[in-house]
Amino acid sequence: MAEEKKQKLTNTLLPTESMKAIGESIGLSQMQEETCQVLSEEASYRIKEIAQDALKFMHHGKRRKLMTSDIDYALKLKNVEPLYGFHAQEFIPFRFASGGGRELYFYEEKEVELSDIINTPLPRVPLDVSLKAHWLSIEGVQPAIPENPPPASKEQQKAESTEPLKAVKPGQEEVQMHNKGQGTAATDAKGKDQKKLIEGSAMKLKPRSTHELSVEQQLYYKEITEACVGSCEAKRAEALQSIATDPGLYQMLPRFSTFISEGVRVNVVQNNLALLIYLMRMVKALMDNPTLYLEKYLHELIPAVVTCIVSRQLCLRPDVDNHWALRDFAARLMAQTCKTFSTTTNNIQSRITKTFTKSWLDEKTQWTTRYGCIAGLAELGPDVIKTLIIPRLQVEGARIKAVHEGPVVSNIDKIGADHVQSLLLKHCASVIAKLRSPPDNQEQYRADYGYLGPMLCTHVVKARSQAAIQAQQVNRTTLTITQPRPTLTLSQGGQPSSTSRTPSIIKMPNSITLPMQTLVSARPSTSTQPSPPPTKFIVMSSSSGSSSTQQVITLSSAQSAPTSTSPVTTTVPSLQPLVKLEPGGSQGTGNAVTVGSGVSRTVQKYIVVSLPSAADGKSQNTMGQHQLSPSSSAALEANAVGSLNNAVTVKLERPESPSNGNQSPQPSH
Amino acid sequence: MAAIPDGPVKSETELEVKPDSVNDIAGNPNVVQGIGGTPKTSPSVAATVASVTPPDITDRQTLLAVLQFLKKNKLLESEETLRKESGLCLDNEEQSGSVDGGSVCATGDAEGSDASLLSRVSGVTSAPAAAAVTGAPVPAKGDDQPDVSVVLSAYSQQGDPALYQVYYSGLKKFIESVLDCHRAELSQVFYPLFVHMYLELVYNQHEAEAKDFFDKFHGDQECYYQDDLRVLSGLTKKEHMKGNETLLDFRTSKFVLRISRDSYQLLKRHLQERQNNQIWNIIQEHLYIDIFDGMPRSKSQIDSMSGSLAGEARREANKAKVFYGLLKEPEIEVPLDDEDEEAENEEGKPKKKKPKKDSLGSKSKKQDPNAPQQNRIPLPELKDSDKLDKIMNMKEATKRIRLGPDSLPSICFYTFLNAYQGLTAVDFTDDSSLIAGGFADSTVRVWSVTPKKLRGVKSAADLSLIDKESDDVLERIMDEKTASESKILYGHSGPVYGTSFSPDRNYLLSCSEDGTVRLWSLQTFTCLVGYKGHNYPVWDTQFSPYGYYFVSGGHDRVARLWATDHYQPLRMFSGHLADVTSTRFHPNCNYVVTGSADRTIRLWDVLTGNCVRILTGHKGPIHSLAFSPNGKFLASGATDGRILLWDIGHGVMIGELKGHTDTIYALKFSRDGEILASGSMDNTVKLWDATKAFDDIETDDFTAATGHITLPENSQDILLGTYVTKSTAVVHVHFTRRNLLLAAGSYNP
Repeated sequence: MAEEKKQKLTNTLLPTESMKAIGESIGLSQMQEETCQVLSEEASYRIKEIAQDALKFMHHGKRRKLMTSDIDYALKLKNVEPLYGFHAQEFIPFRFASGGGRELYFYEEKEVELSDIINTPLPRVPLDVSLKAHWLSIEGVQPAIPENPPPASKEQQKAESTEPLKAVKPGQEEVQMHNKGQGTAATDAKGKDQKKLIEGSAMKLKPRSTHELSVEQQLYYKEITEACVGSCEAKRAEALQSIATDPGLYQMLPRFSTFISEGVRVNVVQNNLALLIYLMRMVKALMDNPTLYLEKYLHELIPAVVTCIVSRQLCLRPDVDNHWALRDFAARLMAQTCKTFSTTTNNIQSRITKTFTKSWLDEKTQWTTRYGCIAGLAELGPDVIKTLIIPRLQVEGARIKAVHEGPVVSNIDKIGADHVQSLLLKHCASVIAKLRSPPDNQEQYRADYGYLGPMLCTHVVKARSQAAIQAQQVNRTTLTITQPRPTLTLSQGGQPSSTSRTPSIIKMPNSITLPMQTLVSARPSTSTQPSPPPTKFIVMSSSSGSSSTQQVITLSSAQSAPTSTSPVTTTVPSLQPLVKLEPGGSQGTGNAVTVGSGVSRTVQKYIVVSLPSAADGKSQNTMGQHQLSPSSSAALEANAVGSLNNAVTVKLERPESPSNGNQSPQPSH
Repeated sequence: MAAIPDGPVKSETELEVKPDSVNDIAGNPNVVQGIGGTPKTSPSVAATVASVTPPDITDRQTLLAVLQFLKKNKLLESEETLRKESGLCLDNEEQSGSVDGGSVCATGDAEGSDASLLSRVSGVTSAPAAAAVTGAPVPAKGDDQPDVSVVLSAYSQQGDPALYQVYYSGLKKFIESVLDCHRAELSQVFYPLFVHMYLELVYNQHEAEAKDFFDKFHGDQECYYQDDLRVLSGLTKKEHMKGNETLLDFRTSKFVLRISRDSYQLLKRHLQERQNNQIWNIIQEHLYIDIFDGMPRSKSQIDSMSGSLAGEARREANKAKVFYGLLKEPEIEVPLDDEDEEAENEEGKPKKKKPKKDSLGSKSKKQDPNAPQQNRIPLPELKDSDKLDKIMNMKEATKRIRLGPDSLPSICFYTFLNAYQGLTAVDFTDDSSLIAGGFADSTVRVWSVTPKKLRGVKSAADLSLIDKESDDVLERIMDEKTASESKILYGHSGPVYGTSFSPDRNYLLSCSEDGTVRLWSLQTFTCLVGYKGHNYPVWDTQFSPYGYYFVSGGHDRVARLWATDHYQPLRMFSGHLADVTSTRFHPNCNYVVTGSADRTIRLWDVLTGNCVRILTGHKGPIHSLAFSPNGKFLASGATDGRILLWDIGHGVMIGELKGHTDTIYALKFSRDGEILASGSMDNTVKLWDATKAFDDIETDDFTAATGHITLPENSQDILLGTYVTKSTAVVHVHFTRRNLLLAAGSYNP
């Protein structure tokens, strides 16, 4: 009672100007100030009185919102004619306008053409009231069915993990106890004893948290994990969607988390790229689920993700396989994690940054790890790029130069250096474009940034020029497809725009959720996120040997026909992100893209480019940047090799002996 | 020092209407009006039925003021109605015979005119009283038109407005300096004093001072008076005071404080030493201080009882004997040929509806000592169909699940989809076969939740063709073509705020914003009667557990008791200072309980129309009430999210259940009274261990005499479970005969 907060009561009055304005509107000019004063007091009082009466109607209407009809009834109580024609189901969209020292609230009413009303087709008749029954509780236990809210809200999960003593509600606990006891009086009594102890709070006992799964949950868990790493992409998409949206998963969260971390450990050792990708997608899906409180499991998830970013080797054939895409994807996940969960107490972001920087600075670090570190840092946002990456451009440039111009050490090193170079160019160009003022001088750049200077310069110039030109182009999502299983990663073209990077915002910005779009043309029903309006896909195939054919699926006003498609994976800068595909044993399995696959078994490429048609103001910026950086295409190239075939069938079991020569740097958490 | 030196004791005079006199007066409205201009004075102001307390003058003053107001505003119809009603009441009192020859007419303007009204009435109807009146000369008043100002005139005393703040803060300082044990008690004075001083300032048109006074001290008041303070803050002019009901109430009903003798002495001494007449006058005139001997109460004790619009209930208001026991159920022989062995088991047993837990041996042949006379209130005769239903009920009862902390009920939730925030009321039939929903769009909808569809009766022409002798005539009269799962009842012209099924499932009541209560037939699905009596929105209505009678309450602050075959109410229960928001029948049909926006609960005797209990302690309007099946206890829920438990017999609060965070719209005890279920706007259904809640109290040493209860802080132990819905506010809860809990609400995404 006393502890309840007291509000300040003030007697607010309508301003006298309003009285004047209202007077003028009905033709009374020259109202005296005193008159206005009296009028405003009276009007304020009456309005309050009516509002207080209207509240009664709201309460009896069993609502929390005051509606216009409540006001009408209150007026009726006072024997005043209600206001006719002033109905609004929801809130009243009062608009505010100011200017010239005057502030004004007004109700926007559009003039409606009568013929418009007549000619428009009738709206759908609203559904009639209907009655639906469900079990809210069965003998004291709330069943987890869609009609009921998720068993534990995020806050509750949080409370459970941070303050276990407070979180347990007596009723629920008793119910749990009872369930476990199932009639055996002994356990029941024990449960009660324990409860008493807790309540007595003489000893602060942490209640044992039980993580029993019901049979249904166990089945679900099995299905989901199998689908996530299984061979059927359609199933996987469904499973991931379920993880990302299902509200009742929190009990399975510890299992998922272990599944992922163990899975990563095993598959890194075995260099099983495909499975690592699947696992990262699971992490992504978990993070997308708004009902889960992931904080408790970050210590398992973060090492797994970081492993996928910086591990020295992620695939069997590092020269051919596109493990770069996985690194990029994981780096983005990491950035998202930092943004969502980093607090002043756990300091995730700074610890992660330190880890990356340390191994990057190490002279002996491999190119792959180097690439991962840079990607990880770059995804953390322009500020990090500015302070940590740009100062080291010269050093890094020298290193790349050494590889490029020195004696050829190995092909792998060369590829690695190429990727690092394009990555640096991609990320730094946009930041430098903002840092430096327009006159871009090659020599100046060389002086500032060393070997990479001239290339940076061209990128920056492009960035500047195209930012203007392609303002209307947005966000393109690129999908990489491997044919045997039409999986895969998709990585988003542009990096998330810098504005959305602010770490404090927990809500995921639009640009981050986008990458998860699955190939829409293949499975329209599984597009998980609300995708930005119409997306167009252009699929091109070019088989070596025959003339390249271009085919446009689903739609698309093919505005930009990619011009250069090179059959070999190179780092040729091209404006279009490419995807290279090699058909595996079975042709066209599950792939909706029915391109001339029958032509030859050799090398075939599908390029899937999505072009959102409508300009989305927010991401214009991003797009511009992306367009500029030709290197991105290289980064996105996925070489899905036939080796994936066997990858999928691998079941995740406990590693017999995970070789601990495991190169994955695991940040301590 | 005895009691309080000032003022007559205000009795709970209730406007009581006897059915026979309704018609009596209704025939003569013109007469009543005709004499309107010539006041005569009767010395015989009637006393109450009980003839122990002098008449309630303040109430009449209000009445008169209202009459005057109506007349001024040319609201002739309402004036007439009110005159009728008030006249009747007075008339009745006179008829009751106890004529008190007091000299009330001399006391002042108000009483004089009051008496004149009385005489008018008595002149019309009551001969003996009239005889006593004749010859009494009428002292001519300055203005023979009683005015609203009369009511307010008590404020006209003048003090130096600038000193009000000094007085108040002086008193504040004093109270803060007294011993702790007295401080809590004396702090009660702050709020009423604050209000009256503010009103005085406003009334005497010291607006600036009033504003200063308000700004300076309103923050000190207890938070549960926020709503009233908000009303008060808007009121800044003398003109506003006219017609503001809240303030009239404040003036006309004395604020009741309960203070221990020691504390009171302390206060009195202080005020007299300081010569602080201003405050002393207010205390004398506007407050009623109920002094008790013994230990001063603690802050928590006071807080648990205060919060109502007019302070706590006086102790004597809750002294009347209440027969809270259950009526004996009529004996019904279960026909032997009624199939299975169950019937044999139960053969010959009295058909107890609720107290199954009564030891089976005693069969409760003897009358419960707390039960009222079987025929205290005439009840409708049982029809064959009722008997059948009782047998069904009893059979179900044998399959009933014994509930308790270890066996919680299952909850089946009925969600109204696509209601678009329009669901305003829900009711289930006792056998849980039908659901009625009242909606903001003025419709009432009835659903069948069993496979049996709703069918209307055939048209008259078709009915005449039916063979009336056939066994299945009841089946034949139904029209199969009309069978559907739900029916819509059109008739109201405003949101439907309450629905109630009759126990025999043949009728449905609904009450609405349009001021009417409607009776619907569930045979024909048409409206049978519209009961017009409330001129303002009717917030709640309920059928009596035996049918025939029903009660309604609304914005006009009056609860009315009706019988389905009378178009006029049988009783009017008036006394609440704000809207009657919730009404319920006691299981024995002899009492009616009403909850109000004045934050009090009143229990009314149906026979006499008297208020027999006033229960204070809620801090917000009361929106739900429920009697325990044994009739002994009452649970009430309010907008503040608290459930209070009351012992009817002693008239004291015995428990407070905290846990909800929003208005509680639904309360219900399980069939055996072991579990209390509550449903709230906060989208939860909670189950409470009622047995434990009641036991905890009864084992304490029971200070029923003083009513100073220290409530155990055990809400968390009593709470058995919380079940959250998905954004569905819970509007109604109901236990089936087998103790399955049904809940209902509309989904508001």
